Amino acid sequence: MNVIETEQLTKRFGTFTAVDHISFSVGEGEIFGFLGANGAGKTTAMRMLCGLSTPTSGSGKVAGFDIYKETELIKRHIGYMSQKFSLYGDLKVWENIRLYGGIYGLPEKRLKEKTDELLRVLDLEHERNTLVDALPLGWKQKLSFSVAVIHEPRIVFLDEPTGGVDPVTRRQFWELIYQAAQRGITVFVTTHYMDEAEYCNRVSIMVDGKIEALDSPAALKKTFKADNMNDVFRALARNAKRGE
Amino acid sequence: MSSGPWLEMQKEESKRMKQFISFIRKEFYHIFRDKRTMMILLAMPIILIILFGYAITTEIKRAPIAILDQSRDEVTQKMIDHLSASEYFELYTMVNSEAEGQALFRQGKVRLLIIFPAQYASSPDASVQLLADATDPNEATQLAAYATAILSQVKVETINSPLSTATAITPVVSLLYNPLMKGAYNFVPGVMGLILILICAMMTSVGIVKEKEIGTMEVLLVSPMKPVYIILAKATPYLLLSLVNIATILSLSYFLLGVPIAGSLTLLVSVSILYALVSLCLGLLISTVADTQQAAMLVSAVVLMLPVMLLSGMMFPIENMPKILQVLSNIVPARWYISAVKDIMIKGLGARAILPEISILAGMAVFLVALSVKRFKIRL
Amino acid sequence: MLKYLLEKEFKQIKRDSFLPRIIFLLPILQLVILPFAANFEMRNINLSIVDNDHSVLSQQLREKVLSSGYFNLVDVSAKYDEALTSIESNKADIILEIPFRFEERLGREGGAEVLIAANSVNGTKGGMGSSYLSSILMDFNQEKGLSPAAGQMGGIRVTNLFNPHLNYKIYMVPGIMAFLLTIIGGFLSALNIVSEKEKGTIEQINVTPVPKALFLLSKLIPFWVIGLFLLTIGALVAWLVYGLIPVGHLGIIYLFAAVYLMAFTGFGLAISSISSSQQQAMFTAFFFFIIFLLLSGLFTPISSMPEWAQALTRFNPVRYLVEVMRMVYLKGSSLADMSGHFAIICLFAVFFNVLAVLSYRKNS
Repeated sequence: MNVIETEQLTKRFGTFTAVDHISFSVGEGEIFGFLGANGAGKTTAMRMLCGLSTPTSGSGKVAGFDIYKETELIKRHIGYMSQKFSLYGDLKVWENIRLYGGIYGLPEKRLKEKTDELLRVLDLEHERNTLVDALPLGWKQKLSFSVAVIHEPRIVFLDEPTGGVDPVTRRQFWELIYQAAQRGITVFVTTHYMDEAEYCNRVSIMVDGKIEALDSPAALKKTFKADNMNDVFRALARNAKRGE
Repeated sequence: MSSGPWLEMQKEESKRMKQFISFIRKEFYHIFRDKRTMMILLAMPIILIILFGYAITTEIKRAPIAILDQSRDEVTQKMIDHLSASEYFELYTMVNSEAEGQALFRQGKVRLLIIFPAQYASSPDASVQLLADATDPNEATQLAAYATAILSQVKVETINSPLSTATAITPVVSLLYNPLMKGAYNFVPGVMGLILILICAMMTSVGIVKEKEIGTMEVLLVSPMKPVYIILAKATPYLLLSLVNIATILSLSYFLLGVPIAGSLTLLVSVSILYALVSLCLGLLISTVADTQQAAMLVSAVVLMLPVMLLSGMMFPIENMPKILQVLSNIVPARWYISAVKDIMIKGLGARAILPEISILAGMAVFLVALSVKRFKIRL
Repeated sequence: MLKYLLEKEFKQIKRDSFLPRIIFLLPILQLVILPFAANFEMRNINLSIVDNDHSVLSQQLREKVLSSGYFNLVDVSAKYDEALTSIESNKADIILEIPFRFEERLGREGGAEVLIAANSVNGTKGGMGSSYLSSILMDFNQEKGLSPAAGQMGGIRVTNLFNPHLNYKIYMVPGIMAFLLTIIGGFLSALNIVSEKEKGTIEQINVTPVPKALFLLSKLIPFWVIGLFLLTIGALVAWLVYGLIPVGHLGIIYLFAAVYLMAFTGFGLAISSISSSQQQAMFTAFFFFIIFLLLSGLFTPISSMPEWAQALTRFNPVRYLVEVMRMVYLKGSSLADMSGHFAIICLFAVFFNVLAVLSYRKNS
């Protein structure tokens, strides 16, 4: 069963086409890597799927709901972690967890259990009463992720979740992703670390707003006769016009 | 070749200049991209001049009154006619009892209730009662005075007593500088003082703190550009914007309100630039104190805007204030600026007459530059 | 859901290093300083006298003028030109010149003129100053038996209701309380949502199923509570500093304030929603506020305004609350007296909040 389906999805800003007629689908329980250079249109596409941005044309369904008309229903079934850290820096760690748990309608008792459980899993028990602004980036990212899946959504969207963190923390972060996937949460993740692409079940590679390739990492390497995903990416991105 | 290093320096210099100019361009771009804020900043002086020029006045015009006429004779009728015909009053309604009039007061419908006693015309001792809503004391005093004048005049006319021509001292009143008593002479300099503070101090401080908040300031500070130039580049667009506004205000007040510019325009512009400089420094100083835009804004509003409106003599006469506020008003730059502008524009005085104002403003500028440069290095 | 959002807002306000201090200081500062500064009571007008006569009568006239309490003698000049210099240097506001042979002429020719020259750069002051001087002269005439007393012109008794001592501060204080609610309700809320936009935290909220109206409500309630708290501080300051207690019912003030705060917070939130930066929100709010303030009748009577400006004041919510505060505080008006005001403020509350909900978008 597919939890995400898009058909010719497009987003224009004035004369600039950020996302250009993309069609793809993501199956339940999959870890789906959404790859591309900076400015390729990954974030824009993801924001449309999350109901944060209205598409210009094309169609799409997330968790079975229409991305034009049923955005508020979609939001009940997804989690989202934006590229820019967006938890409240002036709230404490437990207060952020409580806020989002409360918003997603967890009952008071469950909320307490969940907070303790999360802090234990993240090894953040001693930072419970720390203001989030004071946490190092890696911990902030892990906390963001845990908050994004606090309500056990069907799909979680992660936008560059490991940007700027050290390799050890990235490793730990991917463990969290795997645990979520094992619980049946579909993971939709953008990244530009090609080694991370290897962890995904399937990846799509976006160049200049279009999806240029979509398959499992192994199949892609075979098609492009490359040793690793980095080379696959280089082969595809060579002709890109946009960039930093 | 001795010219080698010199050429090098020249090149270096021109490179710096180019950097500086491209930096100013970036600042302009930032400010002008925000169309709505631009519109507001350009429209604000126009709206202030129109409101102050036409809407904000304490002149009494057509104040609503109620009349209780228990006499209903020719004299009272004539008095009522005169009152309604006067430009000061508008007859809101006739009432049948004093209680009815009191109710109108409580509903805020009328300002004055005039009660004529029964058999007014036939009893010379009977007096007319004026009940004034004195919540606004000035208005009440003036309304009572105007009504008294009108009533007395009618009474004299009807009684037809020969006007007494006894000997008396008569005052000959002449109003200096401003024969029409237009408030414009007073508020135009005030509006200039307010707008300059608004743009130079408030926008600058908020602009710099924003860069601090987002973290782009650090990037700028590690660039090869000296901090002084960074600040100069940030200030230039605001300075230009405020000059545009000064031009708007002056031309509006000259062409629309007919306020003459008696003194030298060059002197006026120079003093304005000096004041703008003081405001910029204030903005800079605030940006070194405040950590968030909200804080910068609130500090500017409380420390700069309110004093300009209240203590500069723009809206309220400084002489009426308690001593402590009068003393306090001395440290408000706008007070000196407004006083200098009034002297130049309206009295046509020259640089010598406003020397105290100029030196105080210059002193403030030097002090603030020194202080903010020192703080800027430490804090940013 | 609302409970958690409210917890968040209150914690954030509490942790803000700046806001709680401002919330506490602002009413005290404004109510203590503003009424003294915004005082149109005309006193201490600086007077320069040129006495060319030096007679007994001119001496008496001088004393009469100075004993009125309105004037402050800055100098006695020998020549008019000298007095003019004092005006130009802003030392004096008004000149009274008593001519040569003033007393003699008055006796022989049956009348004499004195010259009053007022610096009218400050229009109100010039006007009021010269009319005070004129009326003092009239009194002087009467005292000296030079003209018939005004009392013979027909009895007119003036009674000043509601503010018998004609105290200007008592007039200003309730109006300033209205202004205070406007600033807190409108300004702080205008900066609130847009600051979440700048920080990026709003993204995380927008991707949750929180309904727009609920999120806005969680923003509105804290400002509403703060506003009512401020009103209480304001009422206390008015009582302690000015001895002012409402003639009418305090409950009516709270009722009006409650609805009014809702209206203005809605207004601020709407501005916040349509702004992309705090700077923009701030100037947009400032733009409206200065117009609202100048057209509110707080400083100058609305009836003095031209027709078009009076029409504009009908669309100004501040106007209604300033009127209500003054009416309840000084006149003791009842709710029934002000039912029209109440209906209008309710309309504003509905209008601004609908506007806020419509202008806040969870997606772009």
